[in-house]
Amino acid sequence: MLKFDHVSKVYKGGKHAVSDLNMEFEKGEFIVFIGPSGCGKTTTMKMINRLIEPTEGSIYVDGEDIMKVDPVELRRKIGYVIQQIGLFPHMTIEQNISLVLKLLKWPEEKRRERAKELLTLVDMTPDYLERYPHELSGGQQQRIGVLRALAADQSLILMDEPFGALDPITRDSLQEEFKKLQRKLNKTIVFVTHDMDEALKLADRIVIMRDGKIVQFDTPDEILRNPADEFVEEFIGQERLVQARPNIQTVEQIMNLAPVTVMGDQTLSAAIKLMKERRVDTLLVINEDQVLQGYIDVEMIDQKRTKVNLVSEVMERKMLKMETGTLVKDTIRKFLNRAIKYVPVVDENERLVGIVTRANLVDVVYDSIWGDEEITS
Amino acid sequence: MDTMISFLSENGMDLLVKTWEHLYISLAAAGLGVIVAVPLGIALTRIKRIAGFIMGILSIIQTIPSFAILVLFIPILGIGKVPAIVALFIYSLLPILRNTYIGISGVSNNLLEVGKGMGMTNWERIVQVELPLAVPVIMAGIRLSTVYLIGWATLASYIGAGGLGDYIFSGLNLYQTEFILAGAIPVTILALLTDLLLGKVEDWVTPTGMKKLKVNA
Repeated sequence: MLKFDHVSKVYKGGKHAVSDLNMEFEKGEFIVFIGPSGCGKTTTMKMINRLIEPTEGSIYVDGEDIMKVDPVELRRKIGYVIQQIGLFPHMTIEQNISLVLKLLKWPEEKRRERAKELLTLVDMTPDYLERYPHELSGGQQQRIGVLRALAADQSLILMDEPFGALDPITRDSLQEEFKKLQRKLNKTIVFVTHDMDEALKLADRIVIMRDGKIVQFDTPDEILRNPADEFVEEFIGQERLVQARPNIQTVEQIMNLAPVTVMGDQTLSAAIKLMKERRVDTLLVINEDQVLQGYIDVEMIDQKRTKVNLVSEVMERKMLKMETGTLVKDTIRKFLNRAIKYVPVVDENERLVGIVTRANLVDVVYDSIWGDEEITS
Repeated sequence: MDTMISFLSENGMDLLVKTWEHLYISLAAAGLGVIVAVPLGIALTRIKRIAGFIMGILSIIQTIPSFAILVLFIPILGIGKVPAIVALFIYSLLPILRNTYIGISGVSNNLLEVGKGMGMTNWERIVQVELPLAVPVIMAGIRLSTVYLIGWATLASYIGAGGLGDYIFSGLNLYQTEFILAGAIPVTILALLTDLLLGKVEDWVTPTGMKKLKVNA
């Protein structure tokens, strides 16, 4: 359906907007381009309808090299929806919807028929046809924006952050509505966004881009399960873990309340026994007042077990810890950046109150990805 | 009052002819101005680099006293209506050109991109998007320009173009107040009526959606 073959866009002065893109999309697929701003996702999309022309490589739509097609003809066959909606304020809804049909010289009656038919797709009544864009709400306007891109029954539709300017509730309902519509009409969609939630919700496959290159191109599930690198992890992590679950904010809400502890004056053999019982490789060392002293792990015991006897003599005092009230998103960053496995949580008097492990974070991720679905289905 | 009545009874027919001449000169100049300046203004939005230069030149011309321009054309075009129309036409250019340029430049880039992305040709975008959206601004320029021209057309009398200026200058030369008034009052009325009429035209050519937009805003 759509194929990128070694496509690059180099601007004057040698700046690579995108370099050496290779990908192929099937008919009826919902493809989402995602990445931080300036990653080249919009450029890539605009190359498909030649609003930006590639400097190297070729793009094929239905097997046809787009550079060999007249750009005006090409664009009339590709639906286009932009973020700021872009309805023409001086045209009625009908004129807006049927604009491409008019360009294609459809007779007026047929255009009107088609506009009516399209309105029913989004549950709007024909009396909207006579109205003007500013008389409609933002959500309705963007519905019309989408209809306009469907008018000539284009099989490929490009969408540049179409729901970005809408309020979250409207956006949510529009996303669902649109996804259903897309399945029903079997359109191929190329959709640009920077919102991971949106991408995961809508996409059949996601293209994650960075600095003009494809970092990962896969299904949402696969990306969540096997992020290609740290960048992808962070991209999913920050968006998904923090923004998706605003109700989980501080570490107390996710921490494990019963960390395995040992007192400084216990013997190493007691410590090893405890590790074996609880099946852990690290123990937090506390004193009688629950104040955190340090930690020992199995390696430290192994190295020094012949020379010393007590836990307090072996333990490492320097360690990373967090106070209660620390934000989860900061915690996540620590875990990702420093590759740590756990962080003890202490109160203002340095007393140990819990521990956050990677397992806790997995729970958060799990909840935020599949938790909602379980509730709705 | 009596003098006015006797003036009208003596010169009534002549007054109508002069008014017509006056209108003819100004509207012909304004009409030519629209025909030249609107397309030129649109063209300049496509070549922004020289837009400033062209508009600069026109601004300089605008500062030349109108009387001087009228006289300047005598060696080339002689005297009569033609040089007057040409001189006034040159004056009408700047306001129309500038407003067209500003109006067209003011059309949101988004809309242009959507238009292009949907497969509109350059021409289709100008006719279906840019012009309708810029119409209020362009019309403002045309109105302003035409009203000015009606005023300046009085001077055309000096190069033998006729018009209501004839009365004003005769009146001034002969110390006849009624002649001055017989020239000045119709000119004022003409200017006001023309503005009113062009206001109607503006209303008529402005797309309905744009008018509603203004009411809401």
